Amino acid sequence: MTDALTPFLAATVRTATPLALAALGEMLVERTGIINIGLEGAVLAGAFGALAGATAGGVAGGYVGAVAGGLLVGAIFAFCVLVLRADQIITGMALTLLAVGATGTLYRALYGASGASLQAPTSGPWAVPALATLPILGEALFDQPVITYVTYLLVPTLAWWMARTHAGLALRAIGERPDAAAAAGIPVARMRTIAVLVGGALGGLAGGTLVLAQAGTFVENMSAGRGFIALAIVVLGRWQPLGVALGALVFGAASALQFAFQAMGWNVPYQLFLAAPYLLTLGALAGAMGRARAPASLGRPL
Amino acid sequence: MRASRGPAWTVFLALGSLMAIVGATALLLLIAGYDVPRALGALWTGSVGSWYALTSATLVRAIPLMLTGCAIAVAFRAGVWNIGAEGQLLAGGAGATAVALLVPGAGTIAIVLSLATGAAAGGVWAGIAAGLRARFGVLEVISTIMLNFVALYAVSFLVRGPLQEPTHAYPQSSSLADAVHLARIPGAGRLHAGIALAVVIVLAAGWVMRHTAAGYRLMAVGESPAAAASAGMIDVRRVTTLAFITSGALAGLAGAVEVLGVTFALYEDLSPGYGYTAIAVALLAGLDPWRVIGTSLLFAALEAGAGAMQRDAGVPSTLVSVIEAFLILGVVAAQALRARRASMVTGGELRRESAA
Amino acid sequence: MSVAPPALELEHISKRFGPVTALRDVSFRVEAGHVHALLGENGAGKTTLMHVAFGMVVADSGAMRMSGSPVAIDAPSDAIAAGIGMVHQHFTLVPAMTVAENIALGGRGLLRRGAMVAAVEDLARATGFALEPDALVETLSVGAQQRVEIAKALARRARVLILDEPTAVLAPAEAEELLRWVRRFADDGNAVVLITHKLKEALAIADRITVLRQGQVVHSGAAADASANMLASAMLGEESRPPNETPSAPARVGSNRTAIAADEVNVTLAAHHVTVHDEHGRGTRLRDASLTVRAGEIVGIAAVEGAGQWELLRALAGRIAVHAGRIERPAQVGFVPEDRHRDAVLLDRSLTDNAALRGSGARRGRVSWHRLRVVTRSLMEDYDVRAPSVAAVMRTLSGGNQQKFVLAREMTAHLLPAPGASSDAAAIVIENPTRGLDVRATAEVHARLRAARDSGAAVLVYSSDLDEVLALADRVVVLHAGTVHEVPADRDLIGRAMLGAA
Repeated sequence: MTDALTPFLAATVRTATPLALAALGEMLVERTGIINIGLEGAVLAGAFGALAGATAGGVAGGYVGAVAGGLLVGAIFAFCVLVLRADQIITGMALTLLAVGATGTLYRALYGASGASLQAPTSGPWAVPALATLPILGEALFDQPVITYVTYLLVPTLAWWMARTHAGLALRAIGERPDAAAAAGIPVARMRTIAVLVGGALGGLAGGTLVLAQAGTFVENMSAGRGFIALAIVVLGRWQPLGVALGALVFGAASALQFAFQAMGWNVPYQLFLAAPYLLTLGALAGAMGRARAPASLGRPL
Repeated sequence: MRASRGPAWTVFLALGSLMAIVGATALLLLIAGYDVPRALGALWTGSVGSWYALTSATLVRAIPLMLTGCAIAVAFRAGVWNIGAEGQLLAGGAGATAVALLVPGAGTIAIVLSLATGAAAGGVWAGIAAGLRARFGVLEVISTIMLNFVALYAVSFLVRGPLQEPTHAYPQSSSLADAVHLARIPGAGRLHAGIALAVVIVLAAGWVMRHTAAGYRLMAVGESPAAAASAGMIDVRRVTTLAFITSGALAGLAGAVEVLGVTFALYEDLSPGYGYTAIAVALLAGLDPWRVIGTSLLFAALEAGAGAMQRDAGVPSTLVSVIEAFLILGVVAAQALRARRASMVTGGELRRESAA
Repeated sequence: MSVAPPALELEHISKRFGPVTALRDVSFRVEAGHVHALLGENGAGKTTLMHVAFGMVVADSGAMRMSGSPVAIDAPSDAIAAGIGMVHQHFTLVPAMTVAENIALGGRGLLRRGAMVAAVEDLARATGFALEPDALVETLSVGAQQRVEIAKALARRARVLILDEPTAVLAPAEAEELLRWVRRFADDGNAVVLITHKLKEALAIADRITVLRQGQVVHSGAAADASANMLASAMLGEESRPPNETPSAPARVGSNRTAIAADEVNVTLAAHHVTVHDEHGRGTRLRDASLTVRAGEIVGIAAVEGAGQWELLRALAGRIAVHAGRIERPAQVGFVPEDRHRDAVLLDRSLTDNAALRGSGARRGRVSWHRLRVVTRSLMEDYDVRAPSVAAVMRTLSGGNQQKFVLAREMTAHLLPAPGASSDAAAIVIENPTRGLDVRATAEVHARLRAARDSGAAVLVYSSDLDEVLALADRVVVLHAGTVHEVPADRDLIGRAMLGAA
């Protein structure tokens, strides 16, 4: 059993890494009362940016490109929603569409319409000394690409920042009562802009992870809905960093289970496992197992 | 989202948008260094340049876009952000397939029953999100996106499980009996009777929105829930829930029509994202079902032409998505700017007054 | 006593909002160690003046000094930095956060839990308030939330504390306790501005009292030299009222209508022992309230802010449900709410669309836009609504024309009446009918209401401006703390009853 368990856990963590990155970014955005469904576009732009960056400057260049791609989407969103005051939801949808179109077009234009598989340099797993040899969990948790470890660090860092700094408190206050936050002298617009940019950057990083730590190449529309999954994870994680990390693992496990079953040749309707986390999230919204309460001002017109 | 200003204005707007789109496409092609005349020529021949292209490519594609575009228009008009037309379409496709396969083929009755089941399935799928919104205040943006995934996996399960074709070799349902196919329009290639159904329904929806009390309530609730409740004594929750479910039913019908008219079986990739393109279709139409006829044809032509452009001029077909995205961004930005200018003239001053 | 400069001085402050002059050359000062009560009726400019001091409203002219030095305050953050704290009528707390978090909000650097709790405990000690650092604000009573607001202001080292109607939301015992605290706080060398319309409060704890009326200072002096009578007269401003607008209640009701007024048929709008709770079910907004408006009379409601008029008007107009008692009303009651932009119109739609809003909840089947356009056109003509056409977008109209349009719509019982049926509304409920309107538009609206009354409508009007109530009403009822009091049509008596000083 353990010989099946370790690959399953490793696959769970691997799948969860980009989901967690994107969801953590979106969590920050939603904590300021904004919902960016252009996150899917940021992930995709990040994946393409990773390819472009990696062909120029290796893995490091790839991650720079990924962040830049996500930031670009975040910046357009911030401009439309926070400066022009365009509708958040429609802007987000349009940005996702834009990213699908633009990355597809650029990819075909730059790398050939055939989409011949381009090899991007990848960062292979790096085993953490000592920890990686722990039974069962060691290999799954500590023999992963470096970006996974970055994610491990990001979760407690964000949790600490949100709970233990005035800036984090301000962020939470904006999502609940922007007027009260403004009355306390908090620069609401500036913090929202920063949150949207960071959210975009983390979404881009998630896309970069797909290319640089997993696939080693770019495929059109390779984000494959991960940005939308991240939106669900934020809800399931109840807008808390640790919850979001756990939510990402739930979604990661569901999809890892699919591969595990396929690998073992079991004829199980794996779609049910894939759908399960969404149903869980809907249940959480409806108040099963205690209500997941969204920031009070989430999605309200500015 | 203003009231219409007469037919001349509509024609002007339509021609203007069309020229803007062609212009933007040409510009993008120019920047990317493609042979612009050749690419535009391919776009033309692939979409409306031949009878075959017009009927079998453009019009066939326009049918689901028309119905889903109308679905989005109905929902957005009522202030319901239904991002779930894609999932509702899949639910409708699955429901219609199940009925068409299970009900022994009695021709017209089976077709009607399938279409009705498809619409009902879409309505139920939207009803989940509508119920969550009405009962728990759940943002429909989040719930409908999730329901899109659930629908996708559910269809994926169905075509590998209960509805899979008997040989179990392919992830698809059995093909539907000829008796339940929507009739082809004679002399119009693959174009089927669904076009008439779609046009009739969209015309009816537009008429209801313009000329009935129910349509008025939909608009009033979308414009200002507070004024609708206070001045109109409208039951806002009831209206939004009904609009949501109606929207789902229209999208579900689109799925049913697609199965009965085009694919003749249930597939996972039944829709190449019609439910998402529908948002662009509806927004460009100013959320007016009648204008959705025009914009759905436009987007159908663009997407049909894009394939030809790629084949004949080597231009990536994904360019269409870029154009669609710019159109949406342009529309919402223009609306935002107009609302801001208007509120600077009046609203700001009055808000301060009542605050004082 | 040394002549230390006042803690806060406002000099020659003027402010206009569009056509309305909110403040006219107002000077105001508060000394350290003093409680300075700022009195006035609703709309007299008290809150606006203090919003200027707190940087929420920028004055058109005037200057500010603190402890003798000029200060420029353009935003609340400037005011906070200068040592001014303000507790608004509507609290600015984050309900989903704890007391400690709310108090810490707006700081910089690390958030140390120990320090946060210690800060709350220090504040609790300094103020004598029972503050629970870890309690969620949304679970606290209104009084407790108010104490958190005050603590929040003091945590920023406020030396000048502005309290806007602090006792309006409190139970009597809580109010007394708060006022005792305010006194002690001032005695410790701080300055307090107490905005209120309650004479007793001002006389009980203030050192100085300033009365504003229509944006001007009409009285300022030591509290010891003031009497309730004198302050009431200053607030109500006997002299400014033109004689021809004196209420003629007895004559009016006593005329030929009296005979039929007793007839049940003519009781068009009535509340019988109505009770309405607030939305959380914690408090009672309206208590066993009974009121009758007969056909052919204008009943005016006089009340201070938050006395239950919001609920009473909406209950009578059928806009909210009552928790006990019974409402008697015709099927269609015209209702003109105070916040027209929010509650009465579709700003981005045509005038025809806006006319159609009336009764749209119950309408069935097809809408005859042709007839509606005709009706809209006649509404515009009848009420002199200045707009290019029935297709004009509501937002493009001036405030006065918007109000006239809403009034026109609501005064018509059925926009599309059955042939032969009367089209005049049987009952109209109207709230602050002329807020934001200039003199001319105000006169027009008043004339419309009187005309409606004369043609047999039952009209219920509330205005935060007592003069307007008196000018319009045939009969005035006073609403105080959710209960209805019938009061003789005497301005002074009404004014006192509103203030709970009857």
